[in-house]
Amino acid sequence: MVAFIVRRLVQAVIVMLTVAFLAFMLFQYVGDPVAQMLGQDATQEQREALQRDLGLDQPFPVQFARFVGNAVQGEFGLSLRQGRQVSTLIAERFPATLELSLAAAVIALVVGVPLGVYAALRRGRFGAQAVMTLSLLGVSLPTFLIGILLILVFSVQLQWLPSFGRGETVALFGSTSWTTGLLTLDGWAHLVLPAVTLSVFQLALILRLVRAEMLEVLRTDYIKFARARGLSDRAIHFRHALKNTLVPVITITGLQLGSLIAFAIITETVFQWPGMGFLFIQAVQFADIPVMAAYLCLIALVFVVVNLVVDLLYFVVDPRLRVEKPGGP
Amino acid sequence: MKAALARWRDSDVWHSFRRSPTAIVAAVIAALCLFCSLFAPWVAPHNPFDLATLNLEASRLPPAWMDGGHPSHLLGTDDQGRDILSALFYGARISLLVGLASVLLSLVVGVALGLLAGFVGGAVDAFIMRVCDVMLSFPSILVALLIDGVGRAIFPDAHDTLAFGVLIFAIALTGWVQYARTVRGSTLVERQREYVQAARVIGVAPLRIMARHVLPNVMGPVLVLATIQVAAAILTEATLSFLGVGVPPTSPSLGTLIRTGNDTLFSGDWWITIFPGLMLVLIALSVNLLGDWLRDALNPKLQ
Repeated sequence: MVAFIVRRLVQAVIVMLTVAFLAFMLFQYVGDPVAQMLGQDATQEQREALQRDLGLDQPFPVQFARFVGNAVQGEFGLSLRQGRQVSTLIAERFPATLELSLAAAVIALVVGVPLGVYAALRRGRFGAQAVMTLSLLGVSLPTFLIGILLILVFSVQLQWLPSFGRGETVALFGSTSWTTGLLTLDGWAHLVLPAVTLSVFQLALILRLVRAEMLEVLRTDYIKFARARGLSDRAIHFRHALKNTLVPVITITGLQLGSLIAFAIITETVFQWPGMGFLFIQAVQFADIPVMAAYLCLIALVFVVVNLVVDLLYFVVDPRLRVEKPGGP
Repeated sequence: MKAALARWRDSDVWHSFRRSPTAIVAAVIAALCLFCSLFAPWVAPHNPFDLATLNLEASRLPPAWMDGGHPSHLLGTDDQGRDILSALFYGARISLLVGLASVLLSLVVGVALGLLAGFVGGAVDAFIMRVCDVMLSFPSILVALLIDGVGRAIFPDAHDTLAFGVLIFAIALTGWVQYARTVRGSTLVERQREYVQAARVIGVAPLRIMARHVLPNVMGPVLVLATIQVAAAILTEATLSFLGVGVPPTSPSLGTLIRTGNDTLFSGDWWITIFPGLMLVLIALSVNLLGDWLRDALNPKLQ
């Protein structure tokens, strides 16, 4: 197990270094930082001085090492468009995206797993059929269209819920950047539509996965034996069957947590949610390289960490994996 | 030609197609969408880009069956007086163009790399597969956004054709991984077959074996994948255009139409957004259903 973890850690570091290298290449070869900072009418001496200050006259590996060193400390320079520290910009936006993604993940799990179990146990009945048809629609509809439809129904027609922004927020931990909308009623009202929009795809995915796994498990011998022993349906379905469907569900859910943050880009644009995704889209539109590079590194970090945690969770969930097999895993 | 047609009519695929109502309906819808978008200039009742025919007084008309609608604008008009139905056809044309072009590009790249990885093996194989692993661990929309963003940074004042190129390239680069993995898997199997060994023994060059002998035998799954990827590519294009980083606004795709409609959503003009959205879902859903059917039809295990 230790060998496995070490190998996964090494892989994670390699992926991060690759991503950092890509981000570094972006900085290096896309756009000219010296020209951007000095303007058109700088003298040759000024240019060379700035190049020295920025370390651009150093050999390539030294520059890369410096870039990684800065990146580890969250230092990505100034946003070209807003002229502010990229780290500050991201720190301001991060809580909003985190809140949105977590809310969506909770909705997807809390609704998706029970519906999946229901669709599996009541297979062929009308209710289960309806659930499956709806889930197919949920997988096929693009996220932004779901958001627009929800806005049209609940904000424009019914005027029940607000459709943009985070509403009233409260600063946490005495800092100015970490704000939360979860402490005000207004904040909760603003969270509903974006969170539902973001969760639909994941919800449908989890539902279909749980159903498929559950049907698979219900066919196995140990379930038949449990029935033969006269255990109640409830005990069989929820104590024995559901537990064994959870391994793939954890994998997919874990991996999807990363893509929630990515899909948050779309949801945040539709609802003008002031999160990182919205920041990133603006950076792409204006070719704001430092922001793009920082976002790339941060997202990569999230993905790598999530993948690692999912791998470790296997060991917790599935005791079979804890046994060291002779001759490697 | 006639013989080919007869053989096609006698094939399993045609047989299973005739027995699947879902596939027939999906094919009809997809063909209709394809027809309307290919022949948009002849099918569409108006030319939405002809400034001379635009009439601002006829802007934001509701669909013809609603109060205030006009029979010459069946699905209403947008805020600049453009006919929605015509804009739909022209928009679908651009969506399909970008979708098909990017699928073609990613298919060529993916199949070539997959063949190479499977046939040559060793370090080449390991390298290509690691790249695939890294690509797969990020959602495709994110990769497309990044490539698009970098493209914008490299060509800051890109004109229309270049913007299209960057967009197609960005979508294609997210799709090739699937082909590469599929083709590599089948190539590993085919490589061991007698006909490949026979070809080697009589001294056929490896490149020729790959192209003439292995390639035709691994194309089945690729065909299925390509169908589904067309839908995925169209949706990715729509998403990027909706986010404002897709096709240039002068030649709006379905995503661009939805984006502009979204701006006027609060004045209650739902038709400007909903009809392009409906068209998009119709195309994606029908292509996906066709892909599902094709997968089952080409899979001998299911028959």
